[in-house]
Amino acid sequence: MAANPMYQFNVYRIGPEIKIGEIDLSFTNASLFMVISSLAILIIFNLGAQKKNIIPDKIQLLSELSYTFVSKMISDTAGSKAKPYFSFIFSLFMFVLFCNMFGMIPYSFTVTSHIIVTFVLAAFIFIGVTIIGFIKHGFGYLKLFVPSGVPAVLLPLIVVIEIISYLSRPISLSVRLFANMMAGHTMMKVFGGFVVSLGIVGGWLPLSFSVALTGLEILVAFLQAYVFAILTCIYLNDALNLHH
Amino acid sequence: MKKIILFNIFYFSFCTVTVKSAEKGGMPQLDPEFWVSQIFWLTITFGTLFLVLSKFILPRISKNLEQRRLQILENIETAEKQREQSEKNLKEFDEIILKSKNKAKEIMLAAREKVVSEITKKKIKLDEDLNSEIQNVEKEIIELKLSSPKKINLIASNITNEVIKRLIGTDVNESSVSALVEQELKKLSRSTNGI
Repeated sequence: MAANPMYQFNVYRIGPEIKIGEIDLSFTNASLFMVISSLAILIIFNLGAQKKNIIPDKIQLLSELSYTFVSKMISDTAGSKAKPYFSFIFSLFMFVLFCNMFGMIPYSFTVTSHIIVTFVLAAFIFIGVTIIGFIKHGFGYLKLFVPSGVPAVLLPLIVVIEIISYLSRPISLSVRLFANMMAGHTMMKVFGGFVVSLGIVGGWLPLSFSVALTGLEILVAFLQAYVFAILTCIYLNDALNLHH
Repeated sequence: MKKIILFNIFYFSFCTVTVKSAEKGGMPQLDPEFWVSQIFWLTITFGTLFLVLSKFILPRISKNLEQRRLQILENIETAEKQREQSEKNLKEFDEIILKSKNKAKEIMLAAREKVVSEITKKKIKLDEDLNSEIQNVEKEIIELKLSSPKKINLIASNITNEVIKRLIGTDVNESSVSALVEQELKKLSRSTNGI
């Protein structure tokens, strides 16, 4: 069973079964890694925020660079109006990044490789952005589906396409992250299996490939967190600035 | 409501995949057994993370960054002020140097004038002294010139007297000799004048 590359994605209960009525809210390995990631973020940034040196030390520099990195990303893509949503996007980026990175540790669990997790995040973003759009622009937000400069004949078709593309946002956002994480980890598991089955004679090739893949996966882990955050910024930009 | 519909779309679209890979055990991601648990724990952990970050940690980092920015601005301002001050000082310094140079020049000029005037004064005095000396000497020469014929007369008559005495062996009247000599001299001067 352990040789199955999908086995690593299994969710199992840790500790007692917690049930409220019919709903199972048990603490699982997924929950454990969510807690670990969140705690790691809180500890690191808390340490970084406590120091107030003019010339920062390593941990202070880390948290301050992350802060300015996300802050610059938001102001570049969504403008200054997106400033109130900074904390959310920062938390989102850090959460996804840390979950991805903790998933890179062998025998750990990748929270973001589960579609339900990424989908809940994406759906929350989608609903939130839609609500913000309607609050800021009222029904004028529907103009988002009517691009300017389109011939009247094509307009019904374009509007339908725009609506579909808008509604598919949470799906594309969640599937992108989930599929990337799952594919990468499955591939690494498969190559790991090759190393074992080819043994000491032929196992070196898949092993070296596995090492290279680890580097790639770390890059992907960062990149997917970045993409997730920046797409959120872009959606937020649509809702805040509405220039289509 | 929308969420549930989208969930269903998702679930059914992946059902085929699940069925196909069923013999390998399928994708654990599509097993809804722990979905609610995952959503619940995600909400709790992410919610806590967001709240703590936004209420406590991020404002502190932002404050730190702002403080550093202000500190740097302040430092730049101070540096600018000090630079201006030093430029001012440099200007003053230059002025002082220029002034002192001018003063030195003036002093030098004055000293030169003084020296030159003293030299000319001394020169004039020297000239005067020399002139008076020359006049004295000239006077002496003239006096000497004037007195020389009488002496010559005297010497000539004495010599003549002596010569005659030796030649003849007797004394001659001095007055007659001197008269003779005078007569001869007058003749001589007349002839020299004539030339």
